[in-house]
Amino acid sequence: MTLHLAVALDGAGWHPAAWREASARPEAIFSARYWAELVAEAERGLLDFVTIEDSLSLQSTLLDGPDGRADQVRGRFDAVLLAARLAPLTSRIGLVPTATTTHTEPFHVAIGIATLDHVSGGRAGWRPQISARSTEAAHFGRRPFPRLDGSFSIDDEHVRALFAEAADAVEVVRRLWDSWEDDAEIRDLATGRFIDRDKLHYIDFAGRFFSVRGPSITPRSPQGQPVVTALAHARLPYEFAAGGADIVYVTPHSADQARAIVEEVRQLSAELRVFADLVVFLGDDAAERKARLDRLDGAELRSDAAIFTGTPEELAELLLTWRRAGIEGYRLRPGALPYDLEAITRGLTAELRGRGAFRRSYEAMTLRGLLGLPRPASRYAEVS
Amino acid sequence: MTRKRIHLAAHFPGVNNTTVWADPRSGSQIDFASFAHLARTAERGKFDFFFLAEGLRLRELKGRIHDLDVVGRPEALTVLSALAAVTERLGLAGTVNATFNEPYELARRLSTLDHLSDGRAAWNVVTTSDAFTGENFRRGGYLDRADRYTRAAEFVRLSRELWDSWQPGAHLADKSRAQFVRPAAIGTVHHEGPHFAVEGEFTLPRSPQGHPVIIQAGDSDEGREFAAATADVIFSRHGTLEDGRAFYADVKSRLARYHREPDQLKIMPAATYALGDTEEEAAENAAAIRRQQVGPQTATAFIEQVWGRDMSAYDPDGPLPDVEPDLSEGVSQGRVPFGDRAAVAAKWRALAEEKKLTIRELVIEVTGRQTFVGTPAGVARQIDEHVQADAADGFILVPHLTPGGLDEFVDRVVPLLQERGAFRADYTGTTLREHLELS
Ligand SMILES: Cc1cc2nc3c(=O)[nH]c(=O)nc-3n(C[C@H](O)[C@H](O)[C@H](O)COP(=O)(O)O)c2cc1C
Repeated sequence: MTLHLAVALDGAGWHPAAWREASARPEAIFSARYWAELVAEAERGLLDFVTIEDSLSLQSTLLDGPDGRADQVRGRFDAVLLAARLAPLTSRIGLVPTATTTHTEPFHVAIGIATLDHVSGGRAGWRPQISARSTEAAHFGRRPFPRLDGSFSIDDEHVRALFAEAADAVEVVRRLWDSWEDDAEIRDLATGRFIDRDKLHYIDFAGRFFSVRGPSITPRSPQGQPVVTALAHARLPYEFAAGGADIVYVTPHSADQARAIVEEVRQLSAELRVFADLVVFLGDDAAERKARLDRLDGAELRSDAAIFTGTPEELAELLLTWRRAGIEGYRLRPGALPYDLEAITRGLTAELRGRGAFRRSYEAMTLRGLLGLPRPASRYAEVS
Repeated sequence: MTRKRIHLAAHFPGVNNTTVWADPRSGSQIDFASFAHLARTAERGKFDFFFLAEGLRLRELKGRIHDLDVVGRPEALTVLSALAAVTERLGLAGTVNATFNEPYELARRLSTLDHLSDGRAAWNVVTTSDAFTGENFRRGGYLDRADRYTRAAEFVRLSRELWDSWQPGAHLADKSRAQFVRPAAIGTVHHEGPHFAVEGEFTLPRSPQGHPVIIQAGDSDEGREFAAATADVIFSRHGTLEDGRAFYADVKSRLARYHREPDQLKIMPAATYALGDTEEEAAENAAAIRRQQVGPQTATAFIEQVWGRDMSAYDPDGPLPDVEPDLSEGVSQGRVPFGDRAAVAAKWRALAEEKKLTIRELVIEVTGRQTFVGTPAGVARQIDEHVQADAADGFILVPHLTPGGLDEFVDRVVPLLQERGAFRADYTGTTLREHLELS
């Protein structure tokens, strides 16, 4: 059985000093070509999808608020638009941008991701993310958020409310994606009707945070339901993922932890696909490369996900070991771009293939197809 | 005086009865291939920009979704970003509502599009804020009519503050000095106004155009004033020579108040067209297109909007029945209202009686005849004349067919405009601002 492999693209890679590597091209980060080359490399490696990070504030080493640092990558594109820019330049790989749920309109997010699915011919996904920071709230000025500090806890009432709102946003987006049945467009000359309006549906969502009437303005997209993915480190986000996502990215630091997390997730959902996130530095000199970057940055790299340093062969072994603990796929965060991405697409995939654990060619045209997810009928379609 | 240069844009066929779907040549309104075909055709014709409209709630008639016209469209900026990958010079203009968006997020999306297209982004600022559309949004239809343009003006002002907040050259990427950005080159925006309170840092360097091009499409006095103060381009409905000249003079005369020169605001009315090898053939084509645009059911729907009542019992190919309009409440939602319906009904009735028109013939007569009808040479001449006579600085062309509706114009009319020396033979700049001759 093939493992599912995704890479998480962000800046010059996941090490804050990665942009200073000799092979890095930090001057090109705000150009389309930079990203086009990375995603083309990922597609050459036959990866399932790339994710694109995003946030409604500038990167910072602080939990909340700018840090004023000039020695790390600062600045990011809107991820949905970046994914759309890459869609015509690729043909098989999935494109999964982050879009936040806290300050955005669910209606706009729904039509944005549906449009990404249309322009990519069915390769769109979405990573919904909450914005808990007071910094981001101040960019909108609609509701005051408490400043997050060292005592930040995922169980705060503030954060719980943001997850509840995110769950409602995902529900609204999914309903809007279904609000046009697939065969709503009829072009019936006899009656002069372009659509059969009985196949367009009000979604009439009314919740604690917003209400949305629908239907969408965008016809149902090639996948029907683009793939929803969520990063989760604790019970509350596991529940959020189980409620609305197709894939959850978890962050075990050992095979035993992986097994425990998979068990916990499985109690919440039988269908949710469980992927593990790993920060990876690859090659014979991976540990030295990472140590050098740590020195440049003046601090040892810290991450929510486990940090792997080693050869592609060693990584392949680890991925297969964790697979036995129930992990179905991985979202790898390259330590430095393009170096560690190329080590994944050329080295790691070859190692996995040698073990019969990775595809030799793309076997489907859509992201759902690559992931083995069926294309669902609209929830509003009459079953005849 | 030097000859004025014509500016041209291509409007993707919209969700109304201008767009003909009941024609064998009519293709998908949603497949990316249709957008790519039209955009590439516009670029082949050296157009200034490609234009997408927006409507955030499906239109309704008699409380039900209107089903006779083309319906369904993508999120504008997302498609434009994809189109940036398949075009190189063409400007990319998206209509985005200022009422149902937030400045930080939208300014960021527009800046992203400008970066990803190397300086080709434009925003058509619209202000519709009815409660009907608001039902799809967090904020609902909360905005009074009078506040729409004050919000839009503050929105654009704040967006420009955000776009300016990274100093030019802030992105250094200097490995040897360990400076990804120049220290202290990212400014903090503090904005406190009637509509917005925004504080913080923007997430993107200054984009290639600095400020994406601002387009305005609204006709009220407030709308014109907003355009004079703020916009780079006006998208108007004043396409005829006389009407166009009056509008042009009015808007351009408002510019001095804002210390702006007349050529800093380009006026581009919407324009439709029908071509033929001879004048007669063009007129025949124009009439045939009008009949396609106003089918029997569409004719009935039109008079229902004016009469405010169910007219489905009357034969659209028969005479206008002797019934009075019901003025209690309108039957349509999500489209521009007809104004004084009693007066419109009286006028239509008089016209129908005078010319002995059926319902369908009447609707064909009173709604949107093509702006330009003629041979390619005739249409090229008319367009040039409108521009040289200060009825416009150019036009936003609205083809009636997706995706091939612009092909013939680009193949046959554009070369003649170029021969007249009134339209560029090739792009001379790379950004939309350069195409529009805006500083
Ligand atoms: C040529 C033209 C095109 C327009 N296109 C749109 C559109 O695509 N979406 C929209 O919501 N409003 C559109 N509008 C509506 C205007 O933005 C504006 O809200 C409306 O005209 C009312 O403003 P006013 O009172 O200044 O005319 C358009 C208006 C004009 C004149």
